[in-house]
Amino acid sequence: MTDLTDLTLAEARDGLKAKRFSSRELTEAHVAAIEKARALNAFVLETPERALEMAQASDARIAKGEAGALEGLPLGIKDLFCTKGFQTTAGSNILRGFEPQYECTITQQLWNDGAVMLGKLNLDEFAMGSSNETSAFGPVVSPWRRRGSNVHAGGSSGAIEGAHLVPGGSSGGSAAAVAARLCLAATATDTGGSIRQPAALTGTVGIKPTYGRCSRWGVVAFASSLDQAGPIARTVRDAAILLRSMAGPDPKDTTSAEIPVPDFEAAVSRGVKGLTIGIPKEYRLDGMPAEIERLWSEGADWLKSAGAKIVDVSLPHTQYALPAYYIVAPAEASSNLARYDGVRYGLRVPGRDVIDMYEKTRAAGFGREVKRRVMIGTYVLSAGYYDAYYVRAQKIRTLIKRDFEEVYARGIDAILTPATPSAAFAIGEKGSADPVEMYLNDIFTVTVNMAGLPGIAVPAGLDSQGLPLGLQLIGRPFDEETLFAAGQVIEDAAGRMVLPEPWWDSAALKRKGPA
Amino acid sequence: MSVDQQTVRRIARLARIAVTEDDVPHLQGELNAILSFVERLEEVNVEGVEPMTSVAPMAMKKRQDGVTDGGYAEAIIRNAPATEDQFFLVPKVVE
Repeated sequence: MTDLTDLTLAEARDGLKAKRFSSRELTEAHVAAIEKARALNAFVLETPERALEMAQASDARIAKGEAGALEGLPLGIKDLFCTKGFQTTAGSNILRGFEPQYECTITQQLWNDGAVMLGKLNLDEFAMGSSNETSAFGPVVSPWRRRGSNVHAGGSSGAIEGAHLVPGGSSGGSAAAVAARLCLAATATDTGGSIRQPAALTGTVGIKPTYGRCSRWGVVAFASSLDQAGPIARTVRDAAILLRSMAGPDPKDTTSAEIPVPDFEAAVSRGVKGLTIGIPKEYRLDGMPAEIERLWSEGADWLKSAGAKIVDVSLPHTQYALPAYYIVAPAEASSNLARYDGVRYGLRVPGRDVIDMYEKTRAAGFGREVKRRVMIGTYVLSAGYYDAYYVRAQKIRTLIKRDFEEVYARGIDAILTPATPSAAFAIGEKGSADPVEMYLNDIFTVTVNMAGLPGIAVPAGLDSQGLPLGLQLIGRPFDEETLFAAGQVIEDAAGRMVLPEPWWDSAALKRKGPA
Repeated sequence: MSVDQQTVRRIARLARIAVTEDDVPHLQGELNAILSFVERLEEVNVEGVEPMTSVAPMAMKKRQDGVTDGGYAEAIIRNAPATEDQFFLVPKVVE
């Protein structure tokens, strides 16, 4: 039998159905892989006992012929989703030890469909970051290495040595765990690119659905008008399967859309014949690496050969999306994060009086990036600046959305762009002096959140250093199906991404002998 | 627009984040880097444009104004740093 962790989610599902292996065997294989991959720091909490309990219950249901859509499939959960009785930290010291007394809607839906929880995944603190370097639990190591890199699992301790690459962020733990085959797929969230950017940097598939498609209830809030959850998986089909279980209206979230969830998996094999795909000229940046430019036109050629019509389109306000985002998102964050005050949950640092207690608690509990964003948000919402910054940014958001509406009104079904402006970078390489340098990672993804649209990142090839690069498809509101159909065409043309061998498991390499 | 050190202290106070004198200069630099990045929004003509209030046109969901949940005070205070008799404890706020 091939290694059970090498299976796709769909293959594992079909194998369980055909009783080729049990959920217990499948889960044990993943638990073992996680233990050997601790040096990657992808998990902040492992829940093997819970996983095996759930797997056994799944095996019983499968035996009785009562299997759900995700029955017996082991998943990783980004540590932004509240899980009842299991620590949920949002990657922050301010929530260390917090054990929700309730289950968020999305994970509840996954468990209702039979999924198995392997543990909670590392992320940038409060999902604020593009490299997973802002996590209070430390950075995540990407399973990818540059060709000829000196990064390796060292000595007897097994710690990673050398300047490793970041997996992207904020869903860095999710992307790294899926690429390293520590889970079949993972939940993630995306406020400005936090699903699509790490997916692109790790050779995985990530979709941010339309705003309102998935409930936000019980997901730690960052910027409520932009936040949306979605899956990261190893294939387009796997992402479609997982999204179907995550999505759907929820009476507990007033912004969740009362729209039925289609069978996303059925859309995967639809093809793109007769579709019109737009190529926006504003995404052609000065100084963009030639490899990305080439991959982008290759992607257009693949869609064209599969029967789509390719047309040039214009989204004139694109360049304003990122600066407008850095007003809207911090403003909403400063309001959402006001709740962390040392009273109801999380950290408390004693003070002279209640204000002093708040200030000391938040100073000690929040990391630098979170403090920066809360302060920017506080500033742009403060008296005298509100109109100049916040209201202006919200007007520009209207213009960004209008750009997309005009393109879609011309009969465009989806828009093809690069997913990121570069491949993965090394830890400590970006943003140490100027935070804006890190923010530029989201330049192609953030427009989609600003307009509330669905966007998918699909691996499309490797750069000259052997690192994955992704393409992004942007769809019409609530038309994720077209993204799955077109995404599959790209996956078929590019060929399934060959993921790195587990070099992070020094013991396994010793068993195999020197490379 | 850029912020001076006095403004950095004022924003920190409004945000309820204690900052030390050592923090102020680098915070000022970082905040000004972000503010200068967003400055280009000033060149956009937004005359007559409505600010966005919702990304998708959707009517606010409503429900009966009734009690639908509750009755588990223990669960609610479970994660609190300090409690007494199902109350959250805070430092004295009224003399």
